[in-house]
Amino acid sequence: MTPADLAAQAAALAHQASVLAQNAAGVAAVAAQNAPAAAPFVYLFSIFVLAIFVGYYVVWNVTPALHSPLMAVTNAISSVIIVGAMLATGLHGNGTAHFFGFIAVVLVSVNIFGGFVVTNRMLSMFRKK
Amino acid sequence: MNQSFTSFAYLVAAVLFILALRGLSHPTTSRRGNQMGIIGMVIAILATFVHGGMSGGGIVLIILGIAIGGTIGTVAAQRIQMTALPQLVAAFHSLVGLAAVCVATAALNAPQSFGIGTAHHIHVESLIEMSLGLAIGAITFTGSLIAFAKLQALMKGTPILFNGQHKLNLGLGIFLFVLIILFISTGGSGFLFTLIALVALALGLLLIIPIGGADMPVVVSMLNSYSGWAASGIGFTIGNLALIVTGALVGSSGAILSYIMCKGMNRSIFNVLLGGFGTTGEAAVAGPAGDKAVKIGSADDAAFIMKNASKVIVVPGYGMAVSQAQHALREMADVLKKDNVDVRYAIHPVAGRMPGHMNVLLAEANVPYDEVFELEQINNEFSTADVVYVIGANDVTNPAAKTNPASPIFGMPILDVDKAKTVLFVKRSMASGYAGVDNELFFRDNTMMLFGDAKKMTEEIVQALGR
Repeated sequence: MTPADLAAQAAALAHQASVLAQNAAGVAAVAAQNAPAAAPFVYLFSIFVLAIFVGYYVVWNVTPALHSPLMAVTNAISSVIIVGAMLATGLHGNGTAHFFGFIAVVLVSVNIFGGFVVTNRMLSMFRKK
Repeated sequence: MNQSFTSFAYLVAAVLFILALRGLSHPTTSRRGNQMGIIGMVIAILATFVHGGMSGGGIVLIILGIAIGGTIGTVAAQRIQMTALPQLVAAFHSLVGLAAVCVATAALNAPQSFGIGTAHHIHVESLIEMSLGLAIGAITFTGSLIAFAKLQALMKGTPILFNGQHKLNLGLGIFLFVLIILFISTGGSGFLFTLIALVALALGLLLIIPIGGADMPVVVSMLNSYSGWAASGIGFTIGNLALIVTGALVGSSGAILSYIMCKGMNRSIFNVLLGGFGTTGEAAVAGPAGDKAVKIGSADDAAFIMKNASKVIVVPGYGMAVSQAQHALREMADVLKKDNVDVRYAIHPVAGRMPGHMNVLLAEANVPYDEVFELEQINNEFSTADVVYVIGANDVTNPAAKTNPASPIFGMPILDVDKAKTVLFVKRSMASGYAGVDNELFFRDNTMMLFGDAKKMTEEIVQALGR
């Protein structure tokens, strides 16, 4: 075996190794892209399902006399969607995101303040003999 | 700011929201519950402010937005009359829906802000959640607008029906589903996104127009539920725990309220949603009308009867809300109570235009809540009552619900007012109620009709009682 042959074989091996490494990097990249999205989804979904059960039991305990305030207050707390609106407005996204984020902040702020104020107004009217 | 710190803050907010609903299990704990809700919201907002990467300009913009929206919301909530509560709530629901649409749009345009990928390379899960949040949000928006318009009498409360309506809705629903699949498989095309929004907006409108005014309690509850699911969808998109939990709470709350309302009418949710109730030739099974005589009384007659009673049960309905008669009603009760008459109030689950509407109106008029009873609590007491004062209610007292299997309201739980010694009906005319059926109670010997506006009639009775 001449040194030239050895050099050629080494070069071929090196090439193969680099192709393999590229493949591996590709696979890892795909896995990395999927992993952080997939794992939290199952995790978040479990929380979602458990929260439905919590909601079910808590709401059945609400006295029928307070069903109107219940509706107003659930409306107010569902406006916690403001979190998404704030992220869209405040982070370095782009003009479209900022615009829609700002509109959403205004809309849900109406709800947050309106919902809690009207609930408070209703509840303060309920008095005992 | 540390990410686990903000996550923890969102968890605290979610727990406070649960406690807010828990507080509503009794009037005495309810106000503290509301305060917990407010604290939870403040925590969630503050946690978002300290989120890493917030720009100074963005923070200013957010504070400006909160100031504008907060002012509008506070003023609206302080000025609104309690009788107009259902339309206020419907309007609020529409805002949550529209906000969900806006946030989904922002997320599509700046996915990096929410950590769901980069432009045109958004994670598939996020695309699914985003399109669901968008579609449900859009349906909630237009659906609530129609509910608002019907409740505010901007459009007629009567169902709007046309041929092929349900087929059209079904077709649109399937089309929407296909669009969502296409949107996800194309990796988030902006064109399909717009199309999903437009179809969902149209669907929201079409779903609510066939539903009549008195079915609005179910509609409002259902839209309440939708707004929750939309919030959850957005919560999944941006991976926010507070949003997911709150959305689930609100979603199940609205669903339970819809169920309670449907049960109060003995109708399935589909029957309500398909709409057209009380419009389709049901008058035919209503039985004889017009040719029978009714006993008509005056305020003086009513005052005389009630003065000599020892137990009076008041049954309020939507008519009381319309004429704002709750204050006059409480005055009447005060006078009677001074004469040692036992006065109670009986509330049917579907009385009014939203769940618990009557309770709020009576509370507004300073009626103590321990004099107000739900159907199951008080139904046995009608047989011991001397007088039942039915003010602005009709279908919920109709014995046909028990006796006439052909009646559209057959099987609906009713208040057994017919068991009382005397029934006084305050009504503007002999017109039938929402269900379009006659009430045989009007023609009974122990029934006296008091024709007139509910408020005016009650005020006249108060005067007559004072004489």
